[in-house]
Amino acid sequence: MQAAKPVERRDVMAVLSEELKEKIRAEFPKYPNKRAVTLPALHIVQDATRSVSLEAIREIAELLELHPAEVHDTMSFYGYFRDEKHPLGKHRVWVCRSISCMLRGGEDLLADLCEKWNVKPGETTEDGKITLEFGECLGVCEGAPCVLVDEDCHPCMTAQKVDEILKKS
Amino acid sequence: MPKCEPVLLARVGKPDSASLATYQRDGGYEAFKKALKMSPEEIINEVKTSGLRGRGGAGFPTGLKWTFLPKNHAGPIYLAINGDESEPGTFNNRILMEEDPHQILEGIMISCHAIKSNTSYIYLRVEYGKSYRVLKQAIEELYAAGLLGKNILGTGFDLDIYLHRGAAAYICGEETGLIESLEGKRAWPRIKPPFPAIEGLFRKPTIVNNIETMACVTHIINRGADWFKSMGVPPDPNNPRDAGSYGPKLYCLSGHINKPGCYEIPLGVTSRELIEEYGGGVPNGRKVKAVVPGGISMGFMSADELDIPLDFNGPGKAGCLGLGTAAVVVVDDATSMVDVLFNCARFFAHESCGQCTPCREGTAWMQKILWRIRSGQGELRDLDLLTEVAGSMGIIPGTTICGLSDGAGWPVKNAIQKFRPEFEEFIKSGKKVIRHAEELMAAAH
Repeated sequence: MQAAKPVERRDVMAVLSEELKEKIRAEFPKYPNKRAVTLPALHIVQDATRSVSLEAIREIAELLELHPAEVHDTMSFYGYFRDEKHPLGKHRVWVCRSISCMLRGGEDLLADLCEKWNVKPGETTEDGKITLEFGECLGVCEGAPCVLVDEDCHPCMTAQKVDEILKKS
Repeated sequence: MPKCEPVLLARVGKPDSASLATYQRDGGYEAFKKALKMSPEEIINEVKTSGLRGRGGAGFPTGLKWTFLPKNHAGPIYLAINGDESEPGTFNNRILMEEDPHQILEGIMISCHAIKSNTSYIYLRVEYGKSYRVLKQAIEELYAAGLLGKNILGTGFDLDIYLHRGAAAYICGEETGLIESLEGKRAWPRIKPPFPAIEGLFRKPTIVNNIETMACVTHIINRGADWFKSMGVPPDPNNPRDAGSYGPKLYCLSGHINKPGCYEIPLGVTSRELIEEYGGGVPNGRKVKAVVPGGISMGFMSADELDIPLDFNGPGKAGCLGLGTAAVVVVDDATSMVDVLFNCARFFAHESCGQCTPCREGTAWMQKILWRIRSGQGELRDLDLLTEVAGSMGIIPGTTICGLSDGAGWPVKNAIQKFRPEFEEFIKSGKKVIRHAEELMAAAH
C-alpha cells in the first residue's frame, strides 16, 4: 500500500499541536513500523482533545504514513474513541453492566446516574463535565458494582459515592 | 481454610509490594539470574516438565507452545503478553499487575531468554489505569537498574519490554485479534494456520502468553518443575486429550457470595469448596442456583454439579466449555436465569467483532430473542431456536475464525438445557421483566 502524500491544507487549522506530534513520534522507536502507533496516537489525541476529529485523523495519518481511511478504519472499530460530534466531557464515567455487577445492582446504578445527571448512556451532561457510559466487565468484580472514573475503577459504588469521587477529581 | 501457602499472591497487600526494592529484598530476580545461566532449551524443558498450562483460558501447555517456534530463526521473535483481561468475572491479572508487577516482568524476562526474543509487548486493556501506571513505573525501574535494555548483567542478552494500551474491545484477548490490534488495525482474528509461533506479530514468529502464566514461570524457575507438579490434578485416564492440571491457580470469586475475591488454590478445588470454605457462602441465607465456572463463555454449572473439580478437565464433565479463566460467578436462587442469560447474550452481541457472519448475526439474534422473551412475547419454540443458533456458531461446529462464538453459544446451550423448566415457565407466564436501565442502554445503541 502506498503512503498518503502530504497535502498542503492551508484552509484547515491544524488540530495536533507540535507537542502532541512529538508525543506520537516518541512512540515510533518501540515498533518496527509506524502503523503500530495507530492506537497510541489515537489515545494521545483523545486524551488531549477529548475526541478524534476528522482533521486529527488526517494529521495522524500523515505522521504515520498511512491513508486517513486506514486510521479511521481502526479508530471506528473501537468504541472507545469518539469523533468530533461526540466529544467526551471533562470526566468519563463507566458503569459496569456485566454479570457480576448486574447481580449486585450495577444496572440500577446506571439508571440512577442517568436520572441524576439527566443523560442517557453515552451522553455528556449539559455543562460538559461528565460523560456517562456503560462498560462491559471492568475487571473489579470482587467490588461489584464497580465504576470506572477516568483512569481509576472504584469498588462497591452507589450514585452518591460516584458523586463524591467526582467532586474530588 | 487455605490449603497452601500462597506463592503468586504472597506479596499482594504488603507495603510497597510493587517496588523493585522490596521485590529484590524478597528474593526477586534471582530466578532470572538463574535462568540466564541456563540454556533456552533447559528453561523450555523445565517449563514443559512442570506441566504448566496457559492461564488465559484455553489451557494450552506453555512449554509445548514455545517449541512450535521455528528453530534457528534469524529473528526477531516476539513475546506478546495478553493483559487484555476482559472475560466477565475475571480480575486476577489485574491484582497481579497492580500489586506485584515484578513477578510478571521477571517471568517475561525468563520467557524471552527461553524463546530467544529481544522484544516483548504487554497488551494492556485501557480500563486498567492503575495497572498501567504500576507496570510503567516497574519497567522504568528495571531499565534504571540495568535489568532491561542492552547487554543485561553483562551476559550479552538484550531485552526491551513495551506497554501497549488497548481500546476496550473483548476480542483483543483472542491472541490473533491482539496481534492485529497491536499492529494498529481493527482486532479481527486471523485464520489459522499459520499459528502465531510461525507467523505472528509483524509477520514474525510470536508467542502470546497470559499475565498469570508469566508469574508461574518465575516460580517454576525459582522452585523447580517438581514443586509446581506437586500441586493439582494428574491427567484423567479417561480423557486422552487431558494434559493434567498442575500448579497453583488464581480463582476469582464474585457474584452472590459473602467474601468475593481472588484466591490462590491448587488446581482442582470444587465450586462447593470455593463457595463454602473460601467465599463464606451465599448472602442472605440463599442457596446456589448456578455457577459460572470460568468466565461466562464457559457456560453454567447447576447446583447439583458443585462437586466437580475446577481443573482443566472438570467443567467439561458438566457440559461446560472448560475451565476458562477460573472466574467463578455465583448466582443465587432468587435470581432469574432468564435475566442472567440475557446479560451474557448482550455481552457477546456487543463484543462480537463482526468478521464472521454466524457470530455477528448469531450473537445479535440470541440477544433479540431473549429480549423478546423477557418482554413477555416469547414462545416455547424460541428455546429450540436459541439452542439451534448457539450450536451452529463457533470453531467447534467450524463456522467461525475464532472461539468468541463458541463462548457466546455455550451459556445459551447450558442454560436452556439445565434450566429449561424455568425458561418454559417464564415464557408461559408472559411476564415483562425488562428494566428501565436496560431500555436506556438498548436505546443508546
